[in-house]
Amino acid sequence: MAASSTDAAIALTRLGLGARPGEIARVAADPRAWALAQIRSEGAPQPAGPFADSGQRMAAFLDYQGDRGQRAGASADAEAVRTARQAARRALADDTAQAFLTRARLGATTADGFAERWALFWANALTVSAVKFDSGAFIDLYEREAVRPNVFGRFEDLVVAAEQHPAMLLYLDQARSTGPDSPAGTRRKVGLNENLAREMLELHTVGADAGYTQADVTELARALTGWSIPRPQDRQAAPGRDRARRAAQAVEPGPNGFVFRANIHEPGPRTVMGRTYAQRGAAQGEAILRDLARHPATARRLSRRIAAHFVADTPPEPLVARLEQAWRRSDGDLAQVARALVEAPETWTPQPTKIKTPYEFIVSTHRALDVPPQRIQPLRQALIEMGQPPFAAPSPEGWPDTAADWAGPDALVKRLNWARTAAETARTADIAAAARDALGDRLSERTRLAVARAESRTEALTLLLMSPEFQRR
Amino acid sequence: MTRLTLDRRTLLGAATAGMGLAFAGRVAAQTDASRPKLVVVIARGAMDGLSVTIPYADPDYVPLRGGLALAAPGEPNGALDIAEGFGLHPALAGLHRLHDQGQMRFAPAVALPVRIRSHFEAQDVLENGGEALRQREDGWLNRAIVAAGGARLQGLSIGAQTPLILRGDAPVSSWAPGGRVTGEDRIAALLQDLYVDDPMLGQNLARGLATEALVADGSGQTVRRNDVEALGRAVARLMTGAEGADIVAVSLDGWDTHAGQRGQLQTRLTGLDQLISGLKDGLADQWSRTVVVVATEFGRTARANGTQGTDHGTGSSLLLAGGGLKPGGLIGDWPTLADNRLFEGRDLAPTLDIRSVFKGVLRDHMGLDRAALDTRVFPDSAAEAPTLAGLV
Repeated sequence: MAASSTDAAIALTRLGLGARPGEIARVAADPRAWALAQIRSEGAPQPAGPFADSGQRMAAFLDYQGDRGQRAGASADAEAVRTARQAARRALADDTAQAFLTRARLGATTADGFAERWALFWANALTVSAVKFDSGAFIDLYEREAVRPNVFGRFEDLVVAAEQHPAMLLYLDQARSTGPDSPAGTRRKVGLNENLAREMLELHTVGADAGYTQADVTELARALTGWSIPRPQDRQAAPGRDRARRAAQAVEPGPNGFVFRANIHEPGPRTVMGRTYAQRGAAQGEAILRDLARHPATARRLSRRIAAHFVADTPPEPLVARLEQAWRRSDGDLAQVARALVEAPETWTPQPTKIKTPYEFIVSTHRALDVPPQRIQPLRQALIEMGQPPFAAPSPEGWPDTAADWAGPDALVKRLNWARTAAETARTADIAAAARDALGDRLSERTRLAVARAESRTEALTLLLMSPEFQRR
Repeated sequence: MTRLTLDRRTLLGAATAGMGLAFAGRVAAQTDASRPKLVVVIARGAMDGLSVTIPYADPDYVPLRGGLALAAPGEPNGALDIAEGFGLHPALAGLHRLHDQGQMRFAPAVALPVRIRSHFEAQDVLENGGEALRQREDGWLNRAIVAAGGARLQGLSIGAQTPLILRGDAPVSSWAPGGRVTGEDRIAALLQDLYVDDPMLGQNLARGLATEALVADGSGQTVRRNDVEALGRAVARLMTGAEGADIVAVSLDGWDTHAGQRGQLQTRLTGLDQLISGLKDGLADQWSRTVVVVATEFGRTARANGTQGTDHGTGSSLLLAGGGLKPGGLIGDWPTLADNRLFEGRDLAPTLDIRSVFKGVLRDHMGLDRAALDTRVFPDSAAEAPTLAGLV
């Protein structure tokens, strides 16, 4: 019992988002089975809606884009256009802010903490960021449509869904990248943008040391031309106008708002990392991407990243090897990789080394106090101060993932400020019980005593939340 | 609830005595106000040097840049003339004034010792000061503090996270605007008891609280987000006085201008200009002993891309500002933008290893000796990146 009670505490914190009251006791019967049961082919649980579907969101986005495209004339309309545009922008931002709150509430209440962490890991490994407003308008849809359904399927399916999602196409400037020899490219002075191609290679699949060259990046960028999103003009293609009709006919719709635009696609075969791809249209880029996803360097790189995220900043090599083996044997079946992580002995070492990210710290506090977050504004403010603003990863590399990144001097002061405010407003009566519920056998004698001897509930709870065993997982 | 109120000095004393780290050595440190100050601003995302120090007299500049080309000095919204056929971006009016006072210089075409076009890897190399990837786990600015005698110089990073450039053996602090000031009461001491077996948490919290106390002492004002000039003044406050920081690292994000570059650069460069103006105002007399370095991981393609932006390139410019500079012209040569001079036919070719500039500043401004620079701060750099003379 003692051993599995320790393992239950490890499972809920290292693989999950922290324990809610009573949860350690429930999971203690079989902590590994608790995690394994969450590996389901349909993916990770979805936050509870209602949400606008992608069609509605795209329509709102295109309205906003259309307004942006209008030339402000000398008329009084200019002011009206500007006002409407600002309102549309606010509405889009509000939608994603509410969706972030809903996702945090799922994190604070779910019984499937491992599936949730696994989904958050993949959303970060294939980062889209609201630092760019246009991609931010689709970022919650990106998680729900591209990431969550695919996190226990094949990696290549996950990565194709991710790269083709409007959020990613806008974030990494793919939507307007134009082949110089495409029909549109020969007419207008527009051209390639290699941003998505480069990050696909460097960050999403094989990694920078896999031996590809600048020529490979450019070739992939050429293959990806045409991967795009709808434009306001697409909807205005009047049947009588030949050019507009032709342009509209050349747009092939795909899943989640993706469209392929034949008229900006660079024609001809492409060679990437020594292989030549003669496919036409969207299939060409997809074929290259699937090969990159199945490349051994991708398995190695992402296995290390999983181990470094869940277990230790410098992960144990045997664990990395186990994950890589599971990946390669199953041809990138992420359910098998997740299973290997749960079953690896290195996952269950009692000494925690990882520092929780600000999001994990805040969500695990809500779980420990059994009170889900109610409003977006205080949540957003806290995350900004601790260095992890909602949906706003600083770069395509995603959020950093080491103790040095999250537990610097200023970050700890901000955590202490927030913990004290949380402690002042919490209504938890028995802090000693809350400490046992949240940490189980991971609660140290030193922290238990400090909580017991605190001069007030606020002080006791602040100490619990700032204790090494609550800050680490 | 009783709260024991400690003043700043007691807290700093406690931090020093208890942890043996935070501002270790400050009490014994020289209190004279003559210590040199160094601020390193990292422009993350690859700053487009061709839009910062604009080579308007180069005949290939306008043809390559097309719609992204900035106008020559004298034209509407034109570049601000500096030297030898170059102009500063019109958003850099403050830096232009400094230039006219002999307090601003630039290198038009610097690069790292390795040719990589990945932001993350290049930033690692820029910050760790090595010659190749994953060479070191610590940063050259931290090693410079160690080489200068450790406790003599206090390092500080601005932002919630300590960047690689300042990570290493020398203890440094970090500070970011916002948040309520704490550290005055017993919770800080109680937490130190909890952290006895977790020195990282203990030391970092102590350092963070000590810095927070310094800011609160300054004026009690808080810095609004996006108010870069006020941030500059706040940083200056943290650099002032006997306990002030000497070596500071600041990161400015958002330079990865693949699309719609014009507007983005206008905003970023306005912020950079305000940051430096704020530092100058805040440092007042000490500005004469200050050098600010603005560096980026690599430049951007010489040609505009298809989306009114530029992609990852190689050479970029580096800016120096401060009252401690020696007046002078270009640092390093201008390779020109002629087709046969472009690196790989697409990027501005570097003419100077960026480490040479860093080393020149560290030797002439911070007093580090050449041997330490060649072996410890920038290992094995003597041949490839000789220390530049005459900057400071």
